[in-house]
Amino acid sequence: MNRYPLWKYIVIAVALVTGMLYTLPNFFPEVPAVQVSSSKSAVKIDNALLGTIEDTLKADKIPYRGTELDPIGIKVRFNDFDTQLRAKDLLQKKLGDNYIVALNLLSSSPHWLASIGALPMYLGLDLRGGVHFLLQVDMKAALDKAADRYTTDIRSLMRENKVLYSGVGREGTNIVLRFKDDTERNKARFEIEKAFPDLQVRPQDAAGGDLRLVAGLSPQAQTRIQEGAVQQNITILRNRVNELGVAEPIIQQAGTDRVVVQLPGVQDTARAKDILGRTATLEIRMVNDDPGALEAAVGGSVAFGSDLLYDRNGQPVLVRKQVVLTGDRISDAQSGFDQRTGEPAVHVDLDGTGARIFKEVTRDNVGKRMAILLIEKGKSEVITAPVIREEIGGGRVQISGRMSSREANDIALLMRAGALAAPMEIIEERTVGPSLGKENIAKGFDSVKYGFVVLALFICAYYMLMGVISTVALLVNLMLLVAILSMLQATLTLPGMAAIALTLGMAIDANVLINERIREELRWGSTPHAAIQAGYERAWGTILDSNVTTMIAGIALFAFGTGPVKGFAVVHVLGILTSMFSAVFVSRGIVALIYGGRRKLDRISIGQVWRPASTTTAPAKS
Amino acid sequence: MEFFRISRDIPFMRHALVFNVISLLTFVAAVVFLAVRGLNLGVDFRGGTVIEVNYGHSVDFGKVRQALDKLGLGTEASAQSFGASDTALIRLPLQQGVSSAQISDRVMTALKADDPSATQRRVEFVGPQVGKELYQNGALALLLVSIGIVFYLALRFEWRFAVAAIVANLHDVVIILGFFALFQWEFSLPVLAAVLAVLGYSVNESVVIADRIRENFRKMRKASVTHVIDSAITSTLSRTVITHGCTLLMVLSIFFFGGESLHYFSLALAIGICFGIYSSALVMASLVMWLGVSREDLVKPDRNRGMAGDKILP
Repeated sequence: MNRYPLWKYIVIAVALVTGMLYTLPNFFPEVPAVQVSSSKSAVKIDNALLGTIEDTLKADKIPYRGTELDPIGIKVRFNDFDTQLRAKDLLQKKLGDNYIVALNLLSSSPHWLASIGALPMYLGLDLRGGVHFLLQVDMKAALDKAADRYTTDIRSLMRENKVLYSGVGREGTNIVLRFKDDTERNKARFEIEKAFPDLQVRPQDAAGGDLRLVAGLSPQAQTRIQEGAVQQNITILRNRVNELGVAEPIIQQAGTDRVVVQLPGVQDTARAKDILGRTATLEIRMVNDDPGALEAAVGGSVAFGSDLLYDRNGQPVLVRKQVVLTGDRISDAQSGFDQRTGEPAVHVDLDGTGARIFKEVTRDNVGKRMAILLIEKGKSEVITAPVIREEIGGGRVQISGRMSSREANDIALLMRAGALAAPMEIIEERTVGPSLGKENIAKGFDSVKYGFVVLALFICAYYMLMGVISTVALLVNLMLLVAILSMLQATLTLPGMAAIALTLGMAIDANVLINERIREELRWGSTPHAAIQAGYERAWGTILDSNVTTMIAGIALFAFGTGPVKGFAVVHVLGILTSMFSAVFVSRGIVALIYGGRRKLDRISIGQVWRPASTTTAPAKS
Repeated sequence: MEFFRISRDIPFMRHALVFNVISLLTFVAAVVFLAVRGLNLGVDFRGGTVIEVNYGHSVDFGKVRQALDKLGLGTEASAQSFGASDTALIRLPLQQGVSSAQISDRVMTALKADDPSATQRRVEFVGPQVGKELYQNGALALLLVSIGIVFYLALRFEWRFAVAAIVANLHDVVIILGFFALFQWEFSLPVLAAVLAVLGYSVNESVVIADRIRENFRKMRKASVTHVIDSAITSTLSRTVITHGCTLLMVLSIFFFGGESLHYFSLALAIGICFGIYSSALVMASLVMWLGVSREDLVKPDRNRGMAGDKILP
């Protein structure tokens, strides 16, 4: 009668075992750990480094629970948070700047589970604490910058080819050249088109008899520049994040002009914001040291071609407008100490072009001062304005004097992180403190737990043994849902946990439908076996239809939702899928196991089935 | 145990007009509240900054407000208790040219200077552009869900059911929004998620009834349309109440244990579930009746007499 073929039991058994295996890691508590990864692609993480780390820890008598080497880096587990902090400081000091030493929490689940890919659920920032930023890249600025660069390049191209022009300037993102005669203009056009295939050049005659040549970036070039700008900014953000020492940072492009930065587990959120928020560009310019010029500028009459700026201590500095170098010529910057005087210093490496320009400028300006400017949102600040002591060739520059180690460190970081290709602005921020994350987990867990217990009690009381079966099916549903979430490493958020609770509440619908159908069949006189058969079969169509509509809503939420809402949608959709399997397939399997073997079945334990005395008497009673 | 002992079909459809008038009135009331009071949009949609600060002891809001006033953040800056008495929620409107990082840091520094026990638990900043996008995306999601559901139901049942179901369930959505407008509860992203989930969920209810109506058309060959619908609602009533009761149980569990940030989320779900029962059983079914559903529309004729959905002319 209600027997189930063997293969169906095998499917159920496989699902259950897999589900259990993948749910298992979530039951192991997290232990404090330190993660060492490389900050440069050239630096390899290998067994030799693992040995160094182990030796360092042993030498300092810091107890650790175990080490492991994986593609991301080396992870060392500890017994408590104090040891973890001590170990982090020690390793950071020992390993230096080439490595990122970050605090992390790792699951204490056994190794064999991890080796089959069974990991605990991936918790969202609202559950584990951390920072989430959405940054918007200013694309117009990227294009302006490119146009600026082309203006300079065209000027030197004209000079090299001895083309006579009367002026060159930028109008929006176009570069406009003016000429006195047409042959020169044609020559210029030919040279520009040959040298810069990314520019679209067209002649234009202005009203005043001016012969103009307008060069604009081709659409393809614009797209490329914009994509490049986002990519460069991502790289720079990655460098900055490396400085923070975050175990599992996420830095991704979102849409065409946005970048998402997620730093899970970051405790010092203010510092994270500070470092990331420095959407700064760097410029090196000469200081105007003309006698009296500074005094005049402070008095209100700034000399032509100069800017009056201030340094961090509020001291005025008069800086020439002409830019010597921009931040993108800086390939590296490290804080350290001046070998002669022992004072804190910043060592800067320049790229080839940068080194050549720097050599010329320093040769011509010995004894004068140059200023390193930090430009943040249109406001320039002088980081430092050192005196040029000698001609500096080879592209290695040292900046020292009047700075603390901390300042040297900060300046180096700013210079190393480099100039962004285009300014960025934080347009969304969500920061969750670590303690709040823990509370959120507890709250989400409580919602599921208490809701489930009450629900199970009610269903068991109302449907008796069939209710118990429904409850078991619901439990299987919960387990499978957690297993799939773990397997997919989908991000679990607090709304996601609410979705688990909600999905369980909705999943019971399928069992209620089935049980009500069975009761109804019994009421109209079917035999128990036939009632079970009909109940499951008739309810199936309804269950399918109703779940499809819920699914449509879930998928739309997933497509349009962001952050926590997406987390809700993922769980919701997966929960619908698992519920169809468990509520119909698994529960029927159990029913078949209990009742299927009995040839003669008198009654099913499904609670009281009320039968109307006669279909024509007795008005409705509730 | 069996709660529902109904021996005769309840003549729901006899009172269809009454139900529809009730629905219309609640709907109009909701629309009026929405129009007059509007939704109290949260930081997700309106943009701005929210900072949750924990003090470890009861918050002295006078002092907190004083500290905020000193920063000169505008008159819209507010501080309220959040969940427990030791936690303050500070809301700041969007400010031109000030980044979120700066603003929350400034507030925290000021609060810490006032009372060193202040610790920042959460910061949410949404820029004006993002807020607008989230709003648009939300509206788009609602639209797509509606279209998707109409399409599916039209395919699976018949256009009358699709129209009736979506009207009935959008009426639930409007009523939920009406509640949020009336009480000025904060409308945030999770609430929007709840609203969309409710939409999917109550349609599910309509599907169950529609399924029964179709089945009854097949079984009860002689019965009138009204009788068929009455019988469908009556026979699914028990299941409806129990299922919704169970879901409501879970939602109440979220409401009581899920903490402050899921408060309005669960509230929206709870309202949606309650109205979902009513609208599916009564509004949707009566709409289907008014739209003139007939046996031929649902019961597929024999193959040789034409395809499903074809009208059989006398």
